[in-house]
Amino acid sequence: MNLADIVFFFAALLIIGAALIVVFSRNIIYSAFALLGTFGGVAVLYILLSADFLAAVQVLIYVGGINVLFLFAVMMTSNIQAVKTTNRPLKMQLAVPLGIVLVAILLWIIFETPWQATPGVIFNPNTQKIGFMLLTDYLFPFEYISFVLLMVLVGAVFIARRESRPADTKEEL
Amino acid sequence: MTPLSLYHFLALAAILFGLGVICVTIKRNAIGILMGIELILNAANINFIAFSHYVTQRVDGQVFAIFVIVLAASEAAIGFAIIYMLFKRFKTISAEKFDSLKG
Repeated sequence: MNLADIVFFFAALLIIGAALIVVFSRNIIYSAFALLGTFGGVAVLYILLSADFLAAVQVLIYVGGINVLFLFAVMMTSNIQAVKTTNRPLKMQLAVPLGIVLVAILLWIIFETPWQATPGVIFNPNTQKIGFMLLTDYLFPFEYISFVLLMVLVGAVFIARRESRPADTKEEL
Repeated sequence: MTPLSLYHFLALAAILFGLGVICVTIKRNAIGILMGIELILNAANINFIAFSHYVTQRVDGQVFAIFVIVLAASEAAIGFAIIYMLFKRFKTISAEKFDSLKG
């Protein structure tokens, strides 16, 4: 039982505990804050997997960007009277057993497949390798995803625009 | 506990994936459904990086995980823009109220 096992155990506990709060909490704000715990736990997992650059990217983008976006959306779209939204009991009785069956099938597939896994790889920093790959093997997806980001930026601003009233356009004429 | 191996990470990602699927199914709030999608994408990312570490000696899985993170952020942004407009129009974001395509 070395340090990696202990860190993995606590990271897994954090991830699963926070995900349970996200799924089964009745208050959407509790879910939004518990999502933060999930993302942080996954970042710890990336460090265990020698993905140091990706752990930093995970914290920056997911915790610092996406989760803040979630909190903005939750704060802007919650009714003042009814902040809590409950989960429907019938859906829970049907969905949770099916989810458990799904996880059981996935676990059975995982433990029955003979993965060609090498045990215990040395940790080394790989920011340089990622940068090299992004500009040689993955050049086209890299350029294309910058285009996708531009489309998303324009699209999100356009979808959530404020509708101009007829009085404004009459004054311009 | 057996020493840390590929199976631990794959099993954790499978459980997280199942929880994400349950979250997408259960939540009445549209933002809750988006939270489930983020859980699913994180589980897939854990799989990518675990395979990149244990099976290959290259960083292909991590590069692909970067793309997954970028796309997850993009679809969260577009999803929130749509939910915001729905909230302004219908004054509610309960997913059960959006059951017809008529405007």
